[in-house]
This record gives sequence, structure tokens and C-alpha cells, in this order.
Amino acid sequence: MTADVLLSMRDVSRVHGAGAAAVQALRGVTVEVAAGELLAVMGPSGSGKSTLLNLAGGLDTATSGEVFVEGTLLAGLSRAKLAAVRRRSVGYVFQELNLIPALTAAENVALPRELDGANARTARAQAMQALAEVGLADVADRFPDELSGGQQQRVAIARAVVGPRRLVLADEPTGALDSVTGEDVMRLIRGRCEAGAAGVVVTHDVQLAGWADRVVFLRDGRVVDDTGRRPEPDALLGGATR
Amino acid sequence: MSIRQGLLSLLAEGPRHGYQLRQDFEQRTGATWPLNVGQVYTTLARLARDGLVEMTGETDDQQKVYALTTSGRRELDDWFRTPIELADRPRDELAIKLAMAAMTPGVVLADVVQAQRTATVQAVQDYTRLKAKADPDHDVGWLLVLDSLLFQAEAELRWLDACEERLSRAAAANGRKSSRSAAGTAGAAGKAVRA
Repeated sequence: MTADVLLSMRDVSRVHGAGAAAVQALRGVTVEVAAGELLAVMGPSGSGKSTLLNLAGGLDTATSGEVFVEGTLLAGLSRAKLAAVRRRSVGYVFQELNLIPALTAAENVALPRELDGANARTARAQAMQALAEVGLADVADRFPDELSGGQQQRVAIARAVVGPRRLVLADEPTGALDSVTGEDVMRLIRGRCEAGAAGVVVTHDVQLAGWADRVVFLRDGRVVDDTGRRPEPDALLGGATR
Repeated sequence: MSIRQGLLSLLAEGPRHGYQLRQDFEQRTGATWPLNVGQVYTTLARLARDGLVEMTGETDDQQKVYALTTSGRRELDDWFRTPIELADRPRDELAIKLAMAAMTPGVVLADVVQAQRTATVQAVQDYTRLKAKADPDHDVGWLLVLDSLLFQAEAELRWLDACEERLSRAAAANGRKSSRSAAGTAGAAGKAVRA
């Protein structure tokens, strides 16, 4: 595996339950995502999209097959080490934002860094940098309920990308946002990938999937097709790339 | 829309010669509709014959310059005021193709649907790239064209999802039928599942 591949899933299957009641959520899925690349996963509900994302982020364990995050095989890890990979390597953006209402935007974003042992000053500085990246530096000290829906979503993205994390996993990341705000969210995730992260976005919305370099189609737990890499991936944000 | 109305709207911004009109037209539609310069000159000649444009002079290199007339302006305003009827659009080749595929033996419709879905999503990726590169302050017309292409592609994908849904329901219903008729041969059951 080259050092550039941040997520590698090889022949991964996931079965929920056992015997006659067993449900095969994923069947032999192989996917690689390299630094700088944004992958979208599309498929009908029940096709295994969310299972794939949970396995990629170490939130669930494969029944068979191997999942590597930044070259580390997740299956061999102790609980503590797996938790460390989740904190240091992976950022999640979910449809439910899960912002803590009693913490300000900056405190919400700093939390994962503090949980990882960073001192408060460093965590705060990294949080401010991540908030600036999503254009929210001036509302850093507001509480979630003082922010618009679009701003809350951007706080959730800042929290997903704060610090050194390079694998960004997003499940329907634009939730109920209107289409122009949803586009802003995808521009942010896209920009993060062009700056060296790897992204996986699970969505049923093709206008979001359109921001990806590659789109894979899941059906009944299998990858049934793949758009391949589209030309000029690096040029997607034009002058806006850092 | 025809080239005719396209040229009239460009001339509403001021007099132009044929070559310039072709360039402006392609720029405005983001080259989604390439024109050859011959089409532009033929159309201009007809517009002049109908009194909608008139020749107002020549450039130094002897290119004829055309301007909009009052009746040309009226025709243009009528065009903008009149909505486009859905029925006036050309027949949808894809809908016809899938309807045919559903009836043709030996064709796996689900594969036809997925091949189209992949191609349409690729087109969405390409439009999105163009959108990302466009300047939101200066390329508004171009962005509107791109949005239109994106929403059309999205509608097509939703329709493909609906096709697939309809297919799997029909396959399930046919499966139930063939298992009820216990005399059904293995061949017939196989066909029902594939259909």
C-alpha cells in the first residue's frame, strides 16, 4: 500500500445477526481513497452506505476483510488504540450535528483535541483555525442555538477537520440545508481534500455527489459500478485551492 | 429556442457582425450549443428578409454589421413572454429506449438503467467542475445554464431510481405468480426473475 492511501477497505463484508435472521449489509467491498481525493457513495436506502462509512471510521467491525486507516489495520487494535485512531485520524460529519448546546462553537470544535490530550490553549488555537477555515471566526464564542442551521453545519465540519485528522467521513452532510448552503458545505469538504485530506461522502443527492472525484454505486451491499476518476480533479476549486 | 431568438437577444445589446455573434452565443451558452458560422450568416439573412434586423454598416475588414429593428425587438419580447410548452420539446430518446428495453427479450433492464445512471452522474461531476470554476459575479448566465443541466440530470436520476423500483416490484409480483403456478417450468421462473 502506498503511503498516500488514507483509507483502504479490502474485500470487506459485514453480517448483522446470525443464522436464518442474518442480514448481509456489505458483501466483499473493496475501496481505496487517497490523500487529495473525495469519494462519494450512492445507493438506495438499505444498500450498505452507512455500514461502509461506519466500518471506514472504526465505529463498526467487519465480519471479514480488512480495513486500513492511514496504513493501520483496524482489526488488530485494542479498544484504546482503535479509539486513538478514531480521534487522531478520522473526522465525522453526520446528518445530526450533535453539537453540545452548553458549549460555544469554539469549545465544541476544541473538544476532540482536548479529549486527545492537547492542552486547552493548543486546542483552542486549533479550533479557531478550523473555524476560520469554514468562515466562522467571528461567531466562535456563540452557542449553537445562536447560530443559523448553515452555521451549525459548518461548526460540525470544523469539528470534523480540527487538528491533524486527514480522513473526513460524512453521512448526508448537508441534512436539511437549502441547496446553495449545501453547496457551500461541499466546497468546504472539497477544499479540505484538495489540501491533502481524503474524504468519503455518503449521499442520495447527486448534486452533492457531483463534487466528488469518483462516485461508487452500492446495491444490496455490493459495489455495482464506479464513475472512475473524472479529468482535472485538482482544478475543481480553481484559484480557491490553498 | 432557435438560433433566431438567440441572435435577436444578442443584438438587443447592440450591433454586431456574424463572427462576433457566433462567439458571443457560444460564450453565453458555455459552448453547450456550438454553432457554425454558416448557420449564423443564413439566419441573419432570413432575419433581414423578415425585417427583424438590418445592416447598419461594415467593419474595416468588410464584415457586415447588423442591428435589431423595432419589429425585431417586438419579436424578442414576445419570445421572452411566452413560456415553453413541455409538449414542444423533442421526444425523450432515453424514455423510449428504456420502454423498449423492458419489452425486449434477452435485455437486462437493470443493467441498462445502471449504465445510464453512471453516465449521468459523470455528466453531473463534469457540470459541477465547471460550476466550481465559474465566477459567481460575472458568469451568472453560464451558471444558470449549468444549474439547468444539473437539475435535468438530477431529474433523470430520480426517474431512473423510479424505473428500478418499478422493475423490482414487477419482478417480485411475477415471482409470486410463477411460484403459485406450480406447473411453471424452471425456464419460465428464471425469465420472470430476470424480467
